Amino acid sequence: MCLAVPGQLLSVTGEDPLFRRGRVAFGPLVKEISLACLPEVKVGQYVLVHAGIAISAIDAEEAQRVLALLESLEEDEP
Amino acid sequence: MTAKRPAPFELSCPLPDDGADTIRLAHGGGGRLMQQLLRELVLPALTGQALTRQHDAAVIETDGRRLAFTTDSYVVRPRVFPGGDIGRLAVYGTVNDLAAAGARPLWLSAGLIIEEGLPRGELAALLRSMREAADIAGVRIVTGDTKVVDRGAGDGLYINTAGIGLVEPGIDIHPAHVQDGDAVLVSGDVGRHGIAIMACREGLEFEPPIESDCAPLGGLVQVLLGAGLRPHCLRDITRGGLAAVLHEIAEASALAIEVDEAAIPVSEAVASACEVLGLDPLQVACEGRMLMVLPPDQAARTLEVLRVHPLGAGASLIGRVERRARAEVILRSRVGSRRILDLPGGELLPRIC
Amino acid sequence: MKYLDEFRDRDAVASLAAAIRAAATKPWRLMEVCGGQTHSIVRHGLDTLLPENVELIHGPGCPVCVTPTEAIDRAIALALRPGTALCTFGDMLRVPGSRGSLAQAKAEGGDVRMVYSPLDAVKLAQQEPELEVVFLAVGFETTAPAHALAVLQAHNLGLRNFSLLVSHVLVPPAIEAIAASADSRVDGFLAAGHVCAVMGEEQYRALVERLRVPIVITGFEPVDILLGVLLCIRQLERGEARLENPYARVVRSDGNRQAQAMVSEVFEEVPRRWRGIGELPRSGLALRPAFHDYDAERRFDLSGVRADDDPRCVAGEVLRGVKKPHQCGAFGTACTPERPLGAPMVSAEGACAAYYRYRRSEAQPATASAT
Repeated sequence: MCLAVPGQLLSVTGEDPLFRRGRVAFGPLVKEISLACLPEVKVGQYVLVHAGIAISAIDAEEAQRVLALLESLEEDEP
Repeated sequence: MTAKRPAPFELSCPLPDDGADTIRLAHGGGGRLMQQLLRELVLPALTGQALTRQHDAAVIETDGRRLAFTTDSYVVRPRVFPGGDIGRLAVYGTVNDLAAAGARPLWLSAGLIIEEGLPRGELAALLRSMREAADIAGVRIVTGDTKVVDRGAGDGLYINTAGIGLVEPGIDIHPAHVQDGDAVLVSGDVGRHGIAIMACREGLEFEPPIESDCAPLGGLVQVLLGAGLRPHCLRDITRGGLAAVLHEIAEASALAIEVDEAAIPVSEAVASACEVLGLDPLQVACEGRMLMVLPPDQAARTLEVLRVHPLGAGASLIGRVERRARAEVILRSRVGSRRILDLPGGELLPRIC
Repeated sequence: MKYLDEFRDRDAVASLAAAIRAAATKPWRLMEVCGGQTHSIVRHGLDTLLPENVELIHGPGCPVCVTPTEAIDRAIALALRPGTALCTFGDMLRVPGSRGSLAQAKAEGGDVRMVYSPLDAVKLAQQEPELEVVFLAVGFETTAPAHALAVLQAHNLGLRNFSLLVSHVLVPPAIEAIAASADSRVDGFLAAGHVCAVMGEEQYRALVERLRVPIVITGFEPVDILLGVLLCIRQLERGEARLENPYARVVRSDGNRQAQAMVSEVFEEVPRRWRGIGELPRSGLALRPAFHDYDAERRFDLSGVRADDDPRCVAGEVLRGVKKPHQCGAFGTACTPERPLGAPMVSAEGACAAYYRYRRSEAQPATASAT
């Protein structure tokens, strides 16, 4: 049930917090997504979208940390 | 009341079904349910020699000449979509079925079932589109029929086309000819038509817009044959996508096919849409892509010939045929594992779960 | 796509698989909690890359799987009710009720509409004020904010023709029930990353303390899943039981506060029946009294629609990790994705459907994976 996909926030519309929406790009696919659960999110950030709603903003530094950890794993190999 | 009474006479035929008394949309989805419907209901009722060979077109021999003959009905919604419309599809789809039998497509019939209320202007535009498509594909629409049904009895417009093509001497293309070691090629990236249609229905927006891949493949096949190449089997990829076609070939040839996920061309737009909708691009329909199975020593030359043709520019060698214990389709995944590539079940539904 | 492709990298997957082989000296059984993870594991063939002594047990699956027959029957009853449209996610269409699925109800003339988001159903209710629009609200914590938001929007718009048929479930009580059951075979859990994106770490920290098993908050891409497996095994090998969160790019330690606030404004915790597991206390969500106007169970009289689950189905044992799907007598015969008997055969990510789809005849593990 938890199919959620990362996409980049292109623009934001709507004043009422319940109806605040954003255009989110998943590669070349653009969808209008509710931002009601992410009041602080800024244009340009990546958000995780589930059932038409952004539920989390992606932390680029944390993503990088995992990738760095993987590189160190690869170096450990003979 | 000990005497055994005769069973009551029934007019209904005890046809096996999938447990439901009604035909569902999924029975037309090109997947397992559709195969079941064909195998259990349609084929036993309508069996003829050619029909049982289960190919895209029947090949009929008459006076020493071989004709390919096929028919297909088109019910696509919406009737006009990015990259095509129902008229164009009705021509190209039947042309492609003939091409898959190795035939040069020549003549088409067109049967129109029009629902009362269809705007005259729209019908005119769709008919112009059919004519244009026939010119592009190099076929002539030589006969036809028009029926109008009550409002509510149709969905605007349905089109049936039948087609006849000529198979040159020495050409015999059929899944049963597939052999151990054959190369498996696809003529371009997969899934565009299905996603373009879904984009219309679900209101998905693409930047740049995604267009259906619908195109006539008769010319492409003739170029291949003209270059002296002799594919064992051709299939145009439609409903059920690449996965369904691979399965049909594996089943018909009783051989296994192993394909490499990384070698299967998928456009970024199709890949992204499939991520968002939870679909597998290998199960999404095309309308202008051919799967080709041919002797391994012809693979390199075939790719060369395909890639200089505008409809084969994205051609790729995606796998090979192997003799195994089971006639199955194996996918070598992008991350380096192997798994069974399954036949899609029925209707392709966006999933969230 | 950014944040997907990097986490499907072939070399990274190979080195993680090698690290897992090096780390695991004893047999370990891990349960991935979410059906989405199961789907990813089978789709990418990740289980074939693991050493023999590491076994993945497919967990409670997805909310589709655990939705009771009765909820489906009620949705069908509403779909067949004149003037009512039953909206739901694509996967719910094929879930078997006691006499057919929503897809069959649609074929028989029921008004069943598939939507991408519950907010689309709110829009439909706004556009067609004469139509009673009911959304079948199933889900884990991941989906609860979307349902809460739908109710809040409908309330704000003053809609009188929108309601939810709620069959929402909560993950921690299920983990606890599985870990505490006498026949449990699970050494550690890979927690569902997207549930945690909403709820945060706290509930899972508490679970680790009570159950004394390692829990690793895990994402859905191949790299994320194998990293979850690796960290879990390293804990087990050291005799540790901690909560770890290598999915921090998505999961904050306190989750999404805004989403939590919306969910608790609209919903309250209630006991809920899980298909195959039975009733668990405080394991579901129901609308709070202030929002009873949006409760389809109260708006329409559904009390006459009652049903029990099919006895031939061993979904309960599959969900508890006691049986693998193919060890069920009905697997692949009486029960197939086209004619599913039990819920885990229904959803594409259901443990049984995933097995049927990818593992019916075993593919050979790749020999190249070690390089």
